[in-house]
Amino acid sequence: MKLDAQVPSGPMADKWDSHRFAMKLVNPANKRKFRVLVVGSGLAGGSAAASLAELGYAVDCFCFQDSPRRAHSIAAQGGINAAKNYQNDGDSVRRLFYDTVKGGDFRSREANVYRLAQVSAAIIDQCVAQGVPFAREYGGQLDNRSFGGAQVSRTFYARGQTGQQLLLGCYAALNRQIGEKRVAMHTRCEMLDLVVVDGRARGIVTRDLVTGRLERWAGDAVILATGGYSPVFYLSTNAKGCNVTASWRAHKRGAGFANPCYTQIHPTCIPQSGDHQSKLTLMSESLRNDGRVWVPMAPGDRRSPEQIPDAERDYYLERKYPSFGNLAPRDISSRSAKEVCDEGRGVGPGGRGVFLDFRDAIARLGEDTVRDRYGNLFEMYERITAENPYKVPMRMYPAPHYSMGGLWVDYNLMSTIPGLHVLGEANFSDHGANRLGASALMQGLADGYFVIPYTLGHYFGASKLAPVSADHPEFVRVEQEAAARLARLLSINGKRSPDSFHKELGHLMWNDCGMARNAAGLGRALARIPELREEFWKNLAVTGGEADLNVTLEKAGRVADFLEFAELLCRDALARNESCGGHFREEYQTPDGEAQRNDEEFCHASVWEHTGDGKAPVMHKEPLVFEDVHLSTRSYK
Amino acid sequence: MNLTLRVWRQKNAASPGSMETYAARDISPDMSFLEMLDVVNEALLAEGKDPIAFDHDCREGICGTCSLTIDGIAHGPQRATTTCQLHMRQYEDGDTITIEPFRAKAFPVLRDLCVDRASFDRILQAGGFISVNTGGAPDANAVPIGKVEADKAMDAAACIGCGACVAMCPNASAMLFVAAKVGHLAHLPQGQPERDRRVLGMVAAMDREAFGSCRNYYECEAVCPKEIPVRFIAEMNRDYRNASAR
Repeated sequence: MKLDAQVPSGPMADKWDSHRFAMKLVNPANKRKFRVLVVGSGLAGGSAAASLAELGYAVDCFCFQDSPRRAHSIAAQGGINAAKNYQNDGDSVRRLFYDTVKGGDFRSREANVYRLAQVSAAIIDQCVAQGVPFAREYGGQLDNRSFGGAQVSRTFYARGQTGQQLLLGCYAALNRQIGEKRVAMHTRCEMLDLVVVDGRARGIVTRDLVTGRLERWAGDAVILATGGYSPVFYLSTNAKGCNVTASWRAHKRGAGFANPCYTQIHPTCIPQSGDHQSKLTLMSESLRNDGRVWVPMAPGDRRSPEQIPDAERDYYLERKYPSFGNLAPRDISSRSAKEVCDEGRGVGPGGRGVFLDFRDAIARLGEDTVRDRYGNLFEMYERITAENPYKVPMRMYPAPHYSMGGLWVDYNLMSTIPGLHVLGEANFSDHGANRLGASALMQGLADGYFVIPYTLGHYFGASKLAPVSADHPEFVRVEQEAAARLARLLSINGKRSPDSFHKELGHLMWNDCGMARNAAGLGRALARIPELREEFWKNLAVTGGEADLNVTLEKAGRVADFLEFAELLCRDALARNESCGGHFREEYQTPDGEAQRNDEEFCHASVWEHTGDGKAPVMHKEPLVFEDVHLSTRSYK
Repeated sequence: MNLTLRVWRQKNAASPGSMETYAARDISPDMSFLEMLDVVNEALLAEGKDPIAFDHDCREGICGTCSLTIDGIAHGPQRATTTCQLHMRQYEDGDTITIEPFRAKAFPVLRDLCVDRASFDRILQAGGFISVNTGGAPDANAVPIGKVEADKAMDAAACIGCGACVAMCPNASAMLFVAAKVGHLAHLPQGQPERDRRVLGMVAAMDREAFGSCRNYYECEAVCPKEIPVRFIAEMNRDYRNASAR
């Protein structure tokens, strides 16, 4: 596997401009001759499909949901960053770039991040032109807030549903292209495998989730915008349908998987209420602007919060990180919550929770102002917990939320398989070992609106692609393999449901490869996962047929892939003998418990190559070279 | 607590369906409604029976995938709450709950409680957008939009496209859904150039689907999980009349 990041030479600020000039173009009249298969219809996939169709390419777009508007981007609450400097508070492209590289604990590719910061401003312009109703001031100007570990106000938002509004903008652009018959949209249609012909990605095999029919689709390029893999932990803030299947299948066909151990655990989620729990609900990080995080000083203090005087409360984020306080980045806030709960100072059932308290904000601002700012979030909290956060502090606990790791891509967002491009959360490039708040929406739209429309043209312009049809023997073979896998899942006739395997896998991943990891735990997980996988293939229960709308079969296929992927995640975590961002190895910490990076040995992206089922994957390294920012120890104190 | 469920089961669009009765045992009041169905489904699978198919995804009330008509009410008894956010503490031990799909001719049943809402997508494809290509948009602050108007656009844009409005309407009308999208863009300066074309196109597309007419029952507003007001229907009617006259 060859890793050539294709980063253009020249000064950082000029790289993207000079690259745009150097890239090949496709004649406008020829664009319609190229067929592009876009898998996923969230912010990255939807914006790519719409933008490519506007340019004239023939686009097919696929999603497993019943409408492209339901992709999980929709659930993002807080906002989207952009280096607009509307607030005159010292923001710039350079500052957004620096904050993102530092926030990622110096484990991202500098040139990609700089480009992300550069195109961020155009994203906001584009969204406003589409009719995205961002929050505004009375004078009609756009409102901003500070968010997640930033000291400037650069976050644009639309009430508590920025993700939905951005996605509706992009879905509207997509609908326009569907209406004009430039995009063929395939809903309730799940990608089961990638087809590689003569070393290039030339198509996919899908299953129609209503009729069960398998179909082969040939094209000139494949774009995966299929999101992250947080549900490998079973309980996460992701939607129930989020899965690793498309990425994992592409990996098994030759795409390098980079840094799978970089997983983000979000600090403010509603704690689990019991074993029945099917997902965890995130409460926007914006709550930390006014809420104060605390636990009792004394372990085992079971008094109700209003009975605990201030002197016996530990506002531990304010104590440990006085300059950032309650706004410390996600990885640090999450780990701190785990620490205090491990010390026996956690609150709520099971002692896995910390308070997020609005008492002081209500006293300072009045209940009406707090309701104006967070009313919908407070209502949501009360619906789930039956507790009124105006009266008692919220209880929060960290939960898996985002995956920084993903398929390796070069500067052009192309994977190690020529023709296979990967956008949004599904790729690895921009967030390093930890993502800052309000940066996921920015990256998804940057990739789809402003990067892939250029770089895909370059791929077509620079490649000689032989015509290929979906009847090519390789397509037939891949379809047969997919059919055989489904038949096998249906023929086991065992006793355990896909969910029961998924829960067991999630439990062991959370315990041994969650917020804090060590070699012993990872070794345990690596021994246990293959056993669980073996049991899965012997004792799985799936009813119904393959020609039905069969939700159990859908789940089974996804869990089968999680059971393979989980092993790679643990292997990567074990190989990275350092702590950085969301990857915290207990063996590598400073005396005061902070993550201790090892730049000498680990300033690289770990890119894994699949070498066959039952064989150990091979790790390749992309060295990370920092020309523009100096590697330093991240401090939020 | 223990509950009795009466659930609509239907193998596929071509088969007739029927109500079946199931027991839901050991249900915790902290479970969401869908988690209660997960428990029932695990029990069905353990008996070798097909689990109940229902649509769901984000389970936090924003994706609009979950549906269900619960005891005759779309999304169940709690105001401004999607089915996925409804919790079992709303019920008591021994209750019987009737669960059906969203019923409307324009939403054919695919299986059990899953329906096909692609008619909503087709309406939006007929004009629910601003025709702007990627690139070349003016600065986002170039056109000021007063907070009051921006907030009205946002009120309409909050629609999650779940279809409860249609399911609850005695006529299965899609007026609130269409009006919300039309209203969102009509309240923004960017939406003005195509305002007439949009409302005419979307209403025509709605009429091509099997939705009924609006008779001002206002059931739509009462069940809307995002509390979209019927005022947007009045606004759309006005827009439609003006556009037709021009």
